[in-house]
Amino acid sequence: MSDTPVLRLSGISKRFGPLRANDDISFDLKRGEVIALLGENGAGKTTLMNILFGHYVADAGTVEAFGEPLPPGDPRAALDAGIGMVHQHFTLADNMTVQENIALGTQSLWRARLDRTLARQRIAQLSADFGLAVDPAATVSTLSVGERQRVEILKALYRDAGILILDEPTAVLTPAETDALFRTLKLLVAKGLSIIFISHKLHEVMAVSDRVLVLRAGRLAGERETASTDRKELAALMVGQEVKPAEVSPATVGAPLLELEGVSTAPYNGAALDDVSLTLRAGEITGLAGVSGNGQAALAALIAGTQRATGGRISVAGREVAGWSPRVALDHGVARIPEDRHAVGTIGDMSVTENVIAERYGSPRFSRMGFLDWKAARRFAEKIIADYDVKCPSPEARIRLLSGGNMQKLILGRALDPEPAVILASQPTRGLDVGAVAYVHRMLLAARERGAAVLLISEDLEEILALSDRIIVMSKGRLSTPSARGERSIRELGELMAGHSGERSDAA
Amino acid sequence: MRLEPKPAPTLAVTLLFPLAAVVATLLLVSLLVLAAGASPLSVFYLVARGAAGSQFALLETLTRATPLIFTGLAVAVAFRAKLWNIGAEAQLYIGGVVTVVLGTGALPLPSVILIPVLMAAAMAAGALLLLGPAVLKTRFGVDEVVTTLLLNFIVLLFVSMLLEGVLKDPMGLGWPQSQKVVAEAQLPRLIQGKRLHLGFVIAIIAAIVVWIITKKTKLGYEMRAVGHNPEGARFVGIPVNLVLMKTALLSGGLAALAGFSEVSGLKGNLTLDLSAGYGYTGIVVAMLAMLNPLGVIASAIFVAGIFVGADAMSRAAKVPSYIADVMVATSLLTMVVAILLTRYRIRWR
Repeated sequence: MSDTPVLRLSGISKRFGPLRANDDISFDLKRGEVIALLGENGAGKTTLMNILFGHYVADAGTVEAFGEPLPPGDPRAALDAGIGMVHQHFTLADNMTVQENIALGTQSLWRARLDRTLARQRIAQLSADFGLAVDPAATVSTLSVGERQRVEILKALYRDAGILILDEPTAVLTPAETDALFRTLKLLVAKGLSIIFISHKLHEVMAVSDRVLVLRAGRLAGERETASTDRKELAALMVGQEVKPAEVSPATVGAPLLELEGVSTAPYNGAALDDVSLTLRAGEITGLAGVSGNGQAALAALIAGTQRATGGRISVAGREVAGWSPRVALDHGVARIPEDRHAVGTIGDMSVTENVIAERYGSPRFSRMGFLDWKAARRFAEKIIADYDVKCPSPEARIRLLSGGNMQKLILGRALDPEPAVILASQPTRGLDVGAVAYVHRMLLAARERGAAVLLISEDLEEILALSDRIIVMSKGRLSTPSARGERSIRELGELMAGHSGERSDAA
Repeated sequence: MRLEPKPAPTLAVTLLFPLAAVVATLLLVSLLVLAAGASPLSVFYLVARGAAGSQFALLETLTRATPLIFTGLAVAVAFRAKLWNIGAEAQLYIGGVVTVVLGTGALPLPSVILIPVLMAAAMAAGALLLLGPAVLKTRFGVDEVVTTLLLNFIVLLFVSMLLEGVLKDPMGLGWPQSQKVVAEAQLPRLIQGKRLHLGFVIAIIAAIVVWIITKKTKLGYEMRAVGHNPEGARFVGIPVNLVLMKTALLSGGLAALAGFSEVSGLKGNLTLDLSAGYGYTGIVVAMLAMLNPLGVIASAIFVAGIFVGADAMSRAAKVPSYIADVMVATSLLTMVVAILLTRYRIRWR
């Protein structure tokens, strides 16, 4: 009996209009097994899990949990059957405590005192058993992203989940938090839980799973035992073709295009800039590494123009520019690729066309005497869609409906089409699949080839090492001295990221 | 029960759902009519006849719709940019005050000049009245729902003070009313001897102009962007605060035109009952029109028709005319549900 699958999906299909999100997908999940669901953005991973969890109703197919069929479209039934899901975007009530969030919806309103004591004990027990350290009395809004994720996992375990679904769980975590998560997953599996791990990061899939299911364009493109496959094969299954790493030619560095001299800012997303000086030169990619929350967001917002400097100077091509703002930055040829595609980079309920012209709607190309030229705007949108290989139903489609990778391609097109002199790319590949990551890298390198100055801010050290001609580490709102490609080892960079001063070690 | 997002609705669906909302409204109101001891069908027939059953009824409905088009447009423009202007009532009265102050002989001008001047002045006053809350919102984050709502009471008391004081008509037998505006300041009637006046035509033109602004211009684009995602709008270089100011000026100006049109076109003078809650009903009108400026014309006529028709009906069927308020309120609710259903599909299981 032990090899009866705990979960069986048979022939799941789901269409959204003309799009086949899932096409006849079947698989089994065994007890104590970790399945990785691998696929590009838009391959249908999240749709499949939403069907499994009852958020969507499949057009065809059935789901069986522990031998019993699950009624479609009923999250309650999925919960009762012991399926727990940790979403990419957390579903916690920020103003309540950890314990309240975990117990929410599980206990009756009566006899609150007794239940609370019991709840506290159970949460403490679960925390200890699975290495999910979090203070039950803390308010969720005060927690870090990693802690919030632990609360989500605890929430599922508290409801006696036997199957845990994790949707892109590492997208928001630091490397250390990711390692801790993987240790927790091992403990959970050892206790007999089954896990579905959704990801598009190959190295994580290799590290954590027993079996890999690869989705491509809504279909199951392949199934492999993790032990008998490798990253290359998985990548090929995922994108349907061999992925070549970006080739980097030596840089031909030119004149300084953007200079920050002694700039400081008020705290922004947890850190402020403190007397930061930075020079970006033509034909060079400067990589800014660092642990999240050390001022990268403040620096990005400053250059983007959304955050004001409290001191210091900003110069473009050698001339100081006063009153820096998004408009001024754009007018001086500074293109920006923001960290948050959804909240900042796009206006979700507006069309692709309206989003693509957003940075230039006031230019003579798109407007005359206060009137917009929608024909020109549409032509431009069609050009960007074609040039940047964006998959979207039409230029009139709401941009919210696009997958992350396609949204990012549109943002890239919008930013790079005017051939900007300076490019600020803030976490440009976060949450993207292999194919889209390679595409973004190629575009940044191409911009460098034609002489643009690129600032690449990323928490992905591999990305920084692969692309940057010069690497700077940011820690506690300050910058290290720059190092040329290959000059510092990963270990040295790691030390700088942990806050050991670069200036001093260089001076010695 | 849960909601699943649907792809963009087709035009047929967009038009069908409001119709379904009207039918649902009638069914719900039928229950009340039955409770009042009358036959729903005959009551609805009487309302429809009272609203559009004769030339007189139809003209009366259009006359009543005129201020609602202005206030509906004012609300639609502001709500698009997520500027919650609940103060159209106050802006309407300020428009009326300016019309009376300048239109009772202060400016000896011919009609063709005086009327545009009065319109411009009324709009400026209404615009400035809303600018205050807009500045408080953008500068200090003060909730404009509160400020605009409270301004309604302040302005109404201010008008009351004026009508008991400097603006009081000495020949008015002690009533709190202003002098009549001069003949040159009056909007001509569209049909000799009937109440429908040029204000209705101005309202239609205003709706078309606002439609062109929202669809075709940079300002309309900016207003939508700011309404959907202010942070995203700021990032791409849209001057968010400036756009909110412009929106406030346009919205306040449109609402003030309602006051101008009621004084110059219909009442002739300013009293404390210049508006029958047109500023508030404008919110319903705008929501029924799904904030579409051209839709505002239709929804204003619909709402006006219910009020006018219900007056006639209550005289004949002995059902209180308050049923009109219930109908308008219910139609707003069913419409909100209908809008939801055009965007989402309900899954019961």
